[in-house]
Amino acid sequence: MNALSRRARSLLLWELLAGMALTLRYMFRRPVTVNYPYEKGPLSPRFRGEHALRRYPNGEERCIACKLCEAICPALAITIEAEPRDDGSRRTTRYDIDMTKCIYCGYCQEACPVDAIVEGPNFEFAAETREELFYDKEKLLANGDRWEAEIAKALSLAAPYR
Amino acid sequence: MAEFWHGYLLPLLITIGEILCVVVPLLVAIAYYTYAERKVLAYSQLRKGPNVVGPLGLLQPIADAIKMLFKETIVPSSANRVLFIAAPIVSTALALVAWAVIPFDTGVVISNINVGILYLFAISSLGVYGIIIAGWASNSRYAFLGALRSAAQMVSYEVSIGFVLVTVLLCAGSLNLTDIVMAQRTVWFFIPLFPMFVVFFISGLAETNRAPFDLPEGESEIVAGFHVEYSAMTWLLFFMAEYGNMILVSAMTTILFLGGWLAPFNIEPFSGFLGHVWALLWLLGKILFVMFCILWVRATFPRFRYDQLMRLGWKVFLPLSLFWLVLTAGVLVATGWVPSH
Repeated sequence: MNALSRRARSLLLWELLAGMALTLRYMFRRPVTVNYPYEKGPLSPRFRGEHALRRYPNGEERCIACKLCEAICPALAITIEAEPRDDGSRRTTRYDIDMTKCIYCGYCQEACPVDAIVEGPNFEFAAETREELFYDKEKLLANGDRWEAEIAKALSLAAPYR
Repeated sequence: MAEFWHGYLLPLLITIGEILCVVVPLLVAIAYYTYAERKVLAYSQLRKGPNVVGPLGLLQPIADAIKMLFKETIVPSSANRVLFIAAPIVSTALALVAWAVIPFDTGVVISNINVGILYLFAISSLGVYGIIIAGWASNSRYAFLGALRSAAQMVSYEVSIGFVLVTVLLCAGSLNLTDIVMAQRTVWFFIPLFPMFVVFFISGLAETNRAPFDLPEGESEIVAGFHVEYSAMTWLLFFMAEYGNMILVSAMTTILFLGGWLAPFNIEPFSGFLGHVWALLWLLGKILFVMFCILWVRATFPRFRYDQLMRLGWKVFLPLSLFWLVLTAGVLVATGWVPSH
């Protein structure tokens, strides 16, 4: 009997029709598509995107040129040169990140003792030339100014888990 | 002069007009069939498909066509130039020329010949030439393998399609497609000949190289098969041939098994012009349903392995269709239902 019903099922293409019914049901489900440039998916506060150098609220740059980020960077993407400023504080004269080398591991922001270098939530910084991706200090500070609100929020959300 | 006009030129112009009336909507249908395919596949995979070009992406096929027309046709240096260019033309021409005998209503057909079904069978058999010529002229291993697969597949499935056609014309008693539709006034043939209907539909998929029988263009092993060396307009012609053949198979399924333009239970609420529209709507509705089923099958099933394809063709469909052919003939003779004309 069992064998007979199995025969009948295979002759009537039962399994195939069941599969087709499944695809038909899926056709009426809501698509999961996110219409990317117009709609965006959620980002974790720990998302590691484009780098930024932050400032203190009084406008003083945070970076103290300790070069811990340069030392820890596994891709050797960061280059720092430093000398004392006129007021005697130690500051960078050069802070370059080669974004084409960067692997977005986030070690630089882990290493930073003053939360100066951070990876912000921006991931849409594609450029048409390589040169545009060689970030200098000016570009990084500008990024920090541009994304400060989002970066501060993300850091405070992630703080309990650090 | 008047004789030349009435005897030759006017009928020629009328025929050209009829051909345009069929081919232009057909080409539009081919373009939008690609769109429908992308939409059906997308929605069955919880995606949205093309939705950027125009409202709901409806201008996508036109954008694709313009892109294809403006791209450069690359002819490989080792290819046979003449045959390389001729192959897609042969494929597309054969896909279009078959529509000469497809009836859209009683008497609404370009060429109402009495061997319509034989003509269709012959044209669909010739379709393999375009593919073989393409595979050979490309002078590429992938293209050649694809062409060989396609040839073996089409030859295998043509045998069972032949038996199915013979069964249908035993029941209809005519090779004329209009007569075959009219013979279904009592009952559409897919009911008494259901196994043949299934065999015809599946063989049609194999004949047009569609999923799950799209081994000739199996991306995962032979890249794109017979059209791997083709680009731009030549490639577009192959795709028009493929989609044209799919629509043709849908139309053949409708005419042979689903009662053509007949409404269920022969409901004819209108007469005159509206009656023709009613019939045409039923025909188009059925063709669209079969066309959707082809896409639906593609969305559902994975590709066959080559030995499975051959086993299905020769060891399942051939005996089954032969058995049903004999059974149908026996029943017709025993009950005296043999149609007489």
